[in-house]
Formats: sequence, structure tokens, C-alpha cells
Amino acid sequence: MARLVVLGGGVAGHTTATFAAKWLGSQHEVVVVTPNAKWNWIPSNIWVGVGQMTKEEVTFDLAPVYAKAGITYHQAKAVSINPEGKEDSDKPFVTIEYTSADKAGQTETIEYDYLVNATGPKLNFGATPGLGEGSQLGEHTVSVCTADHAVHASEKLQEAIEKMKAGTRQKFLIGTGHGMCTCQGAAFEYIFNIEHELKKAGVREMADIKWISNESFLGDFGMGGLHMKVGGYVVSSKLFAESLFAERDVEWMIGAHVSKVDAGKIEYELLDGTTGEEEFDFAMLIPPFAGVGLKAYNKAGEDITDTVFAPNGFMKVDANYNAGAYENWKASDWPRTYQNPTYKNMFAAGIAFAPPHIISKPMSSPNGTPINPTPPRTGMPSGIIGKAVAHSVCDLMTKGEDAKLHEASMAEMGAACVASAGKGIFNGTAAAMTVYPVVPDFEKYPGTGRDTDYTFGEIGLAGHWIKHILHHLFIYKAKLNPGWTLIPE
Amino acid sequence: MSEKKLVEEEVNFQKNDAFSLTMIPGAFARKMRTCVIWQFIRFLVINIKMIIVVGKSH
Repeated sequence: MARLVVLGGGVAGHTTATFAAKWLGSQHEVVVVTPNAKWNWIPSNIWVGVGQMTKEEVTFDLAPVYAKAGITYHQAKAVSINPEGKEDSDKPFVTIEYTSADKAGQTETIEYDYLVNATGPKLNFGATPGLGEGSQLGEHTVSVCTADHAVHASEKLQEAIEKMKAGTRQKFLIGTGHGMCTCQGAAFEYIFNIEHELKKAGVREMADIKWISNESFLGDFGMGGLHMKVGGYVVSSKLFAESLFAERDVEWMIGAHVSKVDAGKIEYELLDGTTGEEEFDFAMLIPPFAGVGLKAYNKAGEDITDTVFAPNGFMKVDANYNAGAYENWKASDWPRTYQNPTYKNMFAAGIAFAPPHIISKPMSSPNGTPINPTPPRTGMPSGIIGKAVAHSVCDLMTKGEDAKLHEASMAEMGAACVASAGKGIFNGTAAAMTVYPVVPDFEKYPGTGRDTDYTFGEIGLAGHWIKHILHHLFIYKAKLNPGWTLIPE
Repeated sequence: MSEKKLVEEEVNFQKNDAFSLTMIPGAFARKMRTCVIWQFIRFLVINIKMIIVVGKSH
């Protein structure tokens, strides 16, 4: 019997572990190490953040699901990896530290035959002074990155609404809290949900709403923007996004690196090198992501973290990390199997893998401050990568070390993004966007880098209904209810 | 004396220089976004496209 250890229980880790457990059966063991007791459908945190859903509607307990799947579950965080074992044993192992109430702080080692690192990101609030400390959210702004953060955001929003009803004008600032953030889509969805809720509460005229982002143009979304067919034209997402903002009377500030957060005020630097301040009464600023800080040691106990992980803390995989300047970037730089090049029994899935470079055009201010979005790899890509990695590991375990690995390049996969405003069946709208492929391939699709038959975006009730369906479908799937394998990632 | 002509969707162009350089949907385009019959058709079309994208991605 061999053992697969999956670090992380988010979209990528959960997908990897559940498919591996199903395909391997009782012949092999699947172990999940995740610090959380609950699984969270993160896209719906947006609705929690405006008070339209409760935390309970977007989360569920992991333990019974893993018990049903025959998965060994440790509520703990991974601390380090010893891929060569230790002096008296060649067996690789991970060291974990429990986070559950009954064993909090206790450490343990778990040996593995195969390891999948799907730890997701560290929410690096500490990268911006005043935004937070380490991975802890600070006191001046709110976040929708976790369900608890979203509950807190909703409470603050209600306070702001009450102030407006009492006649006090409020300034809302939504976007990214650092020059190297990703996940603009979540902030994009949140700002329009805020706008919708304020309208619904009858206080829209009392609110000034502003978008602040590290994108060099509106609609970049960390993917260098996209082009879509609309009304017989092929148009840039810049026009699509700007139109949406102008229609809803939402101002924007782009190419911005938030350098400091204080009570009611941020300081920022723009791509042209100018600096400034922006006041706010309510701010939701997404933090930058980093690796979770896993360490790695060789057989002699020497630190080999730099061998296994990139400087940003994400795990190195089969990507081309030597692509050089932007002009040399190719779709083929992106990883296909997510296997670690040094230790072939280790893989990384979802946000945990180190991308070869960003997707958007790299930008920096004249002062040398990098201000550009980092690549998105959440949601659909995370799930697809997680499943491909599960496939590979299962084949290695059952067919031997020469088994062919499964591939899932982000330059050959699409992603769907539905940013919905409102939650009612008939009174909400959504911007539904699909992009194919996520990483543009200008050799295959000269001009836009993408297939414009399958890269599209439109606004309306239809996307809103899809958002509702996705919410229920993915929670149903994650709970491993009957037929869960039929629901695509 | 000229009469003021107020077209609701055009008001925002004047609020911000950046707004005036983009496009804002007119009444018909906005109506279609919430027209249940049209949106049901779009729902089918978007779903079919998304399923194709999902299929191409695996």
C-alpha cells in the first residue's frame, strides 16, 4: 500500500484528494492535511460580504466528507517537507502542526510516497504597511478572501449604509491593496455588488464609489486583458469594463500600488511615478498572495527551500523559469504536468505552483516599483489542474514510475468567470466571461492570443442564473453527493 | 429658449472625463439584459459555450 499526502483542502487539494481516493480505492491511502475544518466555496464569499448569504451557506464541515471518501484527514498546517527522508530512513515525510482545538500546536511527521502541494496562498496582508500583519487582516480595511472576512465586511457595510441613511456621505474604495496583487475579479464582483446593495437600500446617491487597481488598464484581470466578439466587433475587455464602470457611475484609478494604509486613508504610487492619497470610509482591498512559507530539508537536514520553491514561496514545477524578457514569453513556458523537477514524486496544484512569469505585460513605475497583476490560477484552472495531478499520481501508484503523466496547461485550458451583482433571481445581473485559453497563445491565435469563438463576455440575467447554479453545483460536488464526478471542474 | 432633453443613459458621460471616452448601453441594450425570454436564450447559448470550453480544457 502506497500513501498520497495532499497538502491543502481548497479547490485544487480537495479535487486531487477526492478523485485520487475514488480511483485508488482501498488499495492505497490518501491523506489530506489542511488547517481548515470547513470547506469554503470562495466565489460566493462576495454574497456573504454584502449580507446576501450567511457563512453557513458557503461552507461545510470537511471531516464527514473525508470520512465518507475514506480519506485520512488531519486538521493541521504543513510546516516542512523532507523529500529525501532523514539520516536513518530514505522515506520522505512532511512535518505538520495541528490547528484543531484539541491538538493545537502539536507537531507530527507523516511519511509519503507521493506528495501534492495544494496549499493555496498566504494572504500576504503584511506586504502593505497598515493593510495587516503577516496573513492577518488589519483594522482599517475589510476583505472577502475568507468567509469570516466576508461576514466582517458585511457588518461594516451595514454600518456604512446606516450612516448614509442618517445623512452622512460615504466613500467606498474597492480593489487591490498592493502593486503585485492578483484576484482582481473578486474585487470587481464585490464593487458591483456594493453598488447594487446601495441602490437597493436607497442610498446610492449618498455614496462615492471608486475602484483602485494595479492593472495597467481596466479589464486586464491579470490576464493581459482579453478580446471578445460584441455586436459584430472584436473588442478589448478594456472597453467592456470601462463601459460597465461608467454606466454604474463608478470611478477608477488604475496602475496603482497601495503603499500604506491608515485609518480612513491610503497612500499610493502610480505607474507614472506620481504619489498621492485617497480617503475612504469603507475599503475592501485584496492582499497580494505568497506561498505559505513551507520549508524543505535534505537528508542531512540542510535547508533546500530554494531548490524546491521559487522566491515567492510557490513550488517549482515543470515550467520554463528562464523565459527572460516579455518579448520572449511563450505559451509553452507554462507547466503541463505540475511535477517538481527535482523530486519526481512531488507535484503542486492550484495557486501553490510557481508560474513561469506573469501573464500581463510587466510594468513598473519610474521609481522601480513593480505594478502589475500576478497570474490568476483560482477556480476552474485550479480544479482542472488538481484533477490532472490526481490522474498522474494514481497512474504512478498503480502502473509504476514509467506511467505517462497527465497534462493540463493553462495555455490550453479555458476559464469561466461570472461576476454577479445582486442575488435575486430576476433583479440581479452578471457579467459572464469565458476566456480560452487563460494564457494567450499568439502562435496559435495570432492577433488576440485567444480563440474569440470561446472568449466572450456579456451582461445580463443569464450569467446571474449561471452564478446561482454554479454555487449549488460546486458545493454539491465538493460534498461528494451522488453523481459528483459527473460535474466538471 | 431651448428645451432640456434628458436621456437617462447619457447623463453619466458628463460626470467624469474617463466616462466620456467609453460607451454606455442605451435603453434597448439594458432592457434586453433583463428580458427573461431573451436571457433564457442567452442562458442556453452561454451554457453551451461554457460546456465546450470545459470540454476543450480537460
